[in-house]
Amino acid sequence: MESRIRVLFLIACALALSGCSLWPFHHRKHAEEPVPVEATAADGAAPAVVDPTVRRRKIKTPHIKQSNFEIGPYVGTFSVEDFGVNPVYGARLDYHISEDFFAEALLGRTNAGLTSYERLSGGAQLLTNSQRVLTYYELAFGYNLFPGEIFIGHRSFNSSLYVTGGFGGTHFAGDDRFTLGVGAGYRLLLNNWLAAHVDVRDHIFDIDLLGSNKTTHNLETNLGVTVFF
Amino acid sequence: MRTVLKLATLLILATAAGLAHSADNRRHFDRDAGHYVEVSVADPYLELRTGPGRGYPVFRVIARGERVEILFRRTDWFKVRDEHDTEGWANVGNMRETLLASGAKLPLEDLSHRDFDNQPWELGALSGNFGGGNVNTAYLGYSLNENLSTEFAVSQTLGHASNSTMLTLGLTHSPRPDWRVAPFLDLGTGVVRIQPKATIIAPPDRTQQIAFYGAGAKWYLTRRFILRADYRHYVIFTKLDSNEDRNEWKAGFAFFF
Repeated sequence: MESRIRVLFLIACALALSGCSLWPFHHRKHAEEPVPVEATAADGAAPAVVDPTVRRRKIKTPHIKQSNFEIGPYVGTFSVEDFGVNPVYGARLDYHISEDFFAEALLGRTNAGLTSYERLSGGAQLLTNSQRVLTYYELAFGYNLFPGEIFIGHRSFNSSLYVTGGFGGTHFAGDDRFTLGVGAGYRLLLNNWLAAHVDVRDHIFDIDLLGSNKTTHNLETNLGVTVFF
Repeated sequence: MRTVLKLATLLILATAAGLAHSADNRRHFDRDAGHYVEVSVADPYLELRTGPGRGYPVFRVIARGERVEILFRRTDWFKVRDEHDTEGWANVGNMRETLLASGAKLPLEDLSHRDFDNQPWELGALSGNFGGGNVNTAYLGYSLNENLSTEFAVSQTLGHASNSTMLTLGLTHSPRPDWRVAPFLDLGTGVVRIQPKATIIAPPDRTQQIAFYGAGAKWYLTRRFILRADYRHYVIFTKLDSNEDRNEWKAGFAFFF
């Protein structure tokens, strides 16, 4: 019964909301069509000396190529706390919102090694091989902290030192873990569409593998290239 | 670790190739005629900067009446090339005062308000709390008009006892989209897949239908960039006698295009 009332309530809300959109809450700017001059002249009683056959000129909106997205792979090292440092591979997609801000989506994968305990104890294994594969995603927000130019010989290149902060998930040791990510990086624009990156990122997540729950800091360092489109 | 070194070398080589390529990237102004949009300067002058940002120095000034080609646009900056083949960055405010060959002004959007007709899409990421667990959400919105929009969202909830993945489709109503902090109400439905954690006696995964209503606000912080916070109340339609309720609070950022 209770659910039926809820469903009815939701339907009522849906109808009310769609009704609200018709309500003139805001001042819609109706662009008033200017009265064509030719038309009024033609309607007049006085005979036209010159019969204007003015055709409405077609205005084609010029297409300007936009280049706000950036996509590319990166490789580097990933230090999984207690599990050693291992290679990491990943890809990023960035969208430049303004000259200051950008949004970033990251996807990466690494393999965790052995803990010191596993090495010293001989045979004891905390994780299976498949549980050692670590994959992560992150949705981050970046700020171009120090945009600038660098000079190589007599040529100059635009660059930016940026900071990022975001959240995501890490799949490791048989579980998905909520992850906070903070990082800093350097972007060097080689031409209009190609850039090189150096990034350092901290992935912060809780893990309860060794008995008690603890927060771990997992540092990643990588090199990447991106293409603007 | 050797593969990383190999790949890093490859990246550096690609970078060097890019550097070499950029050296002979210049083409003649008139040879590309018709390929790019060409405008003439109508302001007293057009400033060209060395980079797409307010801090980059002005290195060239183009006089009124001279022509420039627009190569591409990045955020609020246009990479242009003048009649002498010099390339530089011009700001959108400056470019608005340029004329097309037809004599019309270069049509560019108004920066002070979001133009819902030409920028109907919204993409964002939110994080927060869903029934005691952490939740990450990515959403894509499409504006039907200034007030109404549809939103498709993918959420992952990472809790202590269970993880869940949720797909929702909703309708969002914003009564005052012109406000800098615009409130909204939303309503929708979806499915949730709940995966109990293996450490507890594991019941099977469940996929259930859900419905939600909620409210929130979007803060149009700078052009195209939005900070957003919202609350949602979910009802999970279970096969049991009573339905389950969940509250969700989340905040994050979004942009429209």
